[in-house]
Parts: sequence; structure tokens; C-alpha cells
Amino acid sequence: MQPGLVQLTLTVNGERRAVTAPLHHTLLEVLREELGLTGTKHGCELGECGTCTVLVDGRPVLSCLEIPAALEGREITTIEGMESAAGLHPLQQAFAELGAAQCGYCTPGFLLAGKALIDEKPAPNRAEIVEALGGNLCRCTGYLKIYEAVELAAARMRGGRVEATPEALYGGA
Amino acid sequence: MMRLPPFEYHAPASAAEAVAVKAAAAPGAMYVAGGTDLYPNMKRRHQEPEALISLHRVAELRGIEEGADGGLSIGATTSLTEVRGHPRIRASYPALAEACRLISTPILQNMGTLGGNLLLDTRCNYYDQNYDWRKSIEFCMKKDGAICWVAPSSPRCWAVQSADSVPLLVAMGAEVDLLGPGGERRVPVFALYRDDGIVYLAKQRDELLTRVHLPAPNGWRATYRKVRRRGAFDFPVLGVGAWARFSPDGIVEDARVVLGGIGSAPEVVAGAAEALIGGSLDDASIQAAAQAAWKTGRPLDNTDFTISWRKEMIRPTVARALGDLRDSR
Repeated sequence: MQPGLVQLTLTVNGERRAVTAPLHHTLLEVLREELGLTGTKHGCELGECGTCTVLVDGRPVLSCLEIPAALEGREITTIEGMESAAGLHPLQQAFAELGAAQCGYCTPGFLLAGKALIDEKPAPNRAEIVEALGGNLCRCTGYLKIYEAVELAAARMRGGRVEATPEALYGGA
Repeated sequence: MMRLPPFEYHAPASAAEAVAVKAAAAPGAMYVAGGTDLYPNMKRRHQEPEALISLHRVAELRGIEEGADGGLSIGATTSLTEVRGHPRIRASYPALAEACRLISTPILQNMGTLGGNLLLDTRCNYYDQNYDWRKSIEFCMKKDGAICWVAPSSPRCWAVQSADSVPLLVAMGAEVDLLGPGGERRVPVFALYRDDGIVYLAKQRDELLTRVHLPAPNGWRATYRKVRRRGAFDFPVLGVGAWARFSPDGIVEDARVVLGGIGSAPEVVAGAAEALIGGSLDDASIQAAAQAAWKTGRPLDNTDFTISWRKEMIRPTVARALGDLRDSR
């Protein structure tokens, strides 16, 4: 093995993956380059945008600032792990219905941060949503559609048969 | 893409082992816990340690315990999320929960640690830039250069102490344990800092910050107020920690007002304490304390916002902090 390379076993989206990578490459780099999981996006690479958010043991973290060697044995969830055999995750469905994704670059990070929030608080209020998504920047939507999509998905996940209202489609109050 | 520079990586299982590995490693080796300050700095080549000693396996550094004196003892690598959400901290030290809530973002609070916030690198508009930016104007003295771009005739670096927990913990009189090759010592949080933007810590090279000790919550109140541009992400351009101990009839027996985000070290405003002690936190004493802080605080032009506005914000922010202490009575 070349100097500087390490062999790691990472648990990504429920699968154990053996990977050989340079020790100093971040989780973001290893996910994209070694594991081919390019749904996780490169943003600022400095912890200032939230675009590279993944979940570790269910909690959102920034993959650009994680060293994979410290994550062996932890459950890593990327955007590729959000969809299930049953179809899109309710958050993904709500984002699509409400136009909460525009250019789409920040969307994987928002979806995972939103998932962590709803998993912890099934009925988050608007202030809790705003705070939980405060570490993710979006330059297109103005955030309102994202907040509404999280509210819609949370309502559906609580068992409600909720349709998007016309007002929500236009970002109204 | 900005990759990390290569480094050797150690993952010791105990604090004692971590200190031993550090002492045996190259002089530039560094401890790393959450990495939310160190890794961006390494990507920008502010720090280029030959070796990193990761603390993620050291269980004894994590968690919150009752202290022997009725206070609380927080392991240095306890995440900011855990600190702000801990029932005992929310009940007895709400100002610390609030200060941790105001640090960067919830995602970074999942990663960042209380010890890491205490040891946060000082910040400056001319330093917190990538390598090429810094090279293009000639490197500053904090890394790779000889000049201070904030004060070009200055013999010293003026990078700013920017950690939200620090003014509060200094005001509260909290203490920290430092474990070194020669044993452990306990020092007040205030004694951790030096008024220098480069050598900003009084910690010895191999010493490991292991625990933060909060005093018993008896007869005093504390608060933290932060000024920044956005409601998330941003470091403070001003942080005010305020603490007062009251007699049973509500007279201020002792007080501390501490400014962060201004100088290279947290600044204790002696004149503010003088204005408050012996009074009842009435409007006049609060205004006098705020005026003393305004006179003390001398920001330089090296963070977000203009220096004149940052200085003007000292008075109302200190007054609001002291108002918190009065209103929470």
C-alpha cells in the first residue's frame, strides 16, 4: 500500500464498505471519490455553508470537516440513503411538490438536516425548523418553501393525509 | 478544492496516553477534538501539524458530572449540542446553554466541543483567508509573514479572541484542568489567555485541556450577549459575559463584566464592577458600567463591521446584559 493510505471499514447507508484512501482525505472526499456517492456536495469546504451535510448516528455533521478514520463503527447516512424501497422519503416528496429545491445544490444537506430534526421532533414548530436548518445556506429559494416542505413532510409522517395548499406553493404565510 | 495537508494520525484511548503521544511527537503536533476550527485552518494552511492526536476515543474527556463543591464538571470534548441540551445546565447554568446555542450553527455544535471553543484560534480579516489570498498581499505575522496588516507599524499581532463561551466562563469564574507530562493543574479560565494574537494561550505546549469546572450556582446570576451580522454561523464582533453575586436583599456584592470579540484576550472591565458593587443594579449603575466598558473596549479594524459601530455597540450590549441579570431576579 502506498504511504499515507489507510484501509477503513465505513458503514454507509446501512452497508459496510471497505475503502482504501489517503488518511488526510475528509469524509466528503472519500464519499465522492472512493465510494462514488456524489450526492453529497462540495460547498465552501470550511464549515460555512452546510452543503456537505451527512448524518452520523442520526445527527447532522459536515462531511468536509470529518476524518473518516474517526468514524469507523458509526452509522453514516448520505442523501443516497434517504430513499427506501417504498419510494422517496416524505421530505424529498414534499421538497419536490413545493418547489423547495431550485438549483438543487444545497438540497441534499437540507434534506438530511430536516430528517434529523423530524426524527428527533416529529412536530417541529417554525422556530425550531428555522434553528435546525440554520447551518444550511440556500441562495435560491429564500428558505420559505424549504420551511413549508419540512412542515408538510412532518405532518404526513405523523400520519396526516395532507396536501400542499396553493398558498404554500407560492410561499405565502 | 482545498484538501487538508497530510499528517500522521494518532487515536489514543486515554488522556494520559494522549499527553504521552503528544510529548513524544513532533513539536508542531496538535490535539484535535471536533476539528471545526482546526480543519478549516489546516485547509487554509494556518496550521500545518506534522501529527494530529485525535481525542475521539478518549471517553474520560466526554460527559457532564456533578462537582464536589456543588458545581458542575464538563469534559472538554463534550459537544456543544450536549452542553446546551443538558438538563442540569439548562436549569442551573442557562447562560452557558445560551452561549453554546449562539456558537456558529446547530450542525457545527454537533461536532464542536466546549474545550475546542475555549481554545479557538484568534481571528482576523487578514488571517482567516485562504493561502493564495494571504500570499497575494504578502503574508501577515500570524502565519508565514512579518507584518500586521491591521496595524502595519505594530510589533504585535492583534487577532481577536472570538469564542462565545469565553467571556461568560471568565465572568462566572469557571476553571479548567490542564493535564501535562508533569501532572495536572487547575487554573481560572481567565488565566488561559494571553493578550497576543499569535501566542494567545498560556497553556504549555503539550498540556491537554481535560475539564471545565463551573462554580456552584448559589446566589449569583450570569448572562451572555452576542453581536453578529447573521443569526447563525457568524463569530461574535462583540460578546459580553456578565456575572453578579447578590446579597439576600438584592445588593450586588460582586460583579464581573467581560468583553470578547474586541482584543486578543477576553477583557475584564474593572470599572464596570466598581460601578455595580454596592448598588442594586438600578438604571444609573447599569449605565455607568456600560460607559466604563465603552471606555475600555478598543476594537481594531479586523473583523466584520466598522470599528466605530462595534465600539458604539459596547454600551447598549453591556446594558442589555446587565438588564438580563436584573430581570432574571
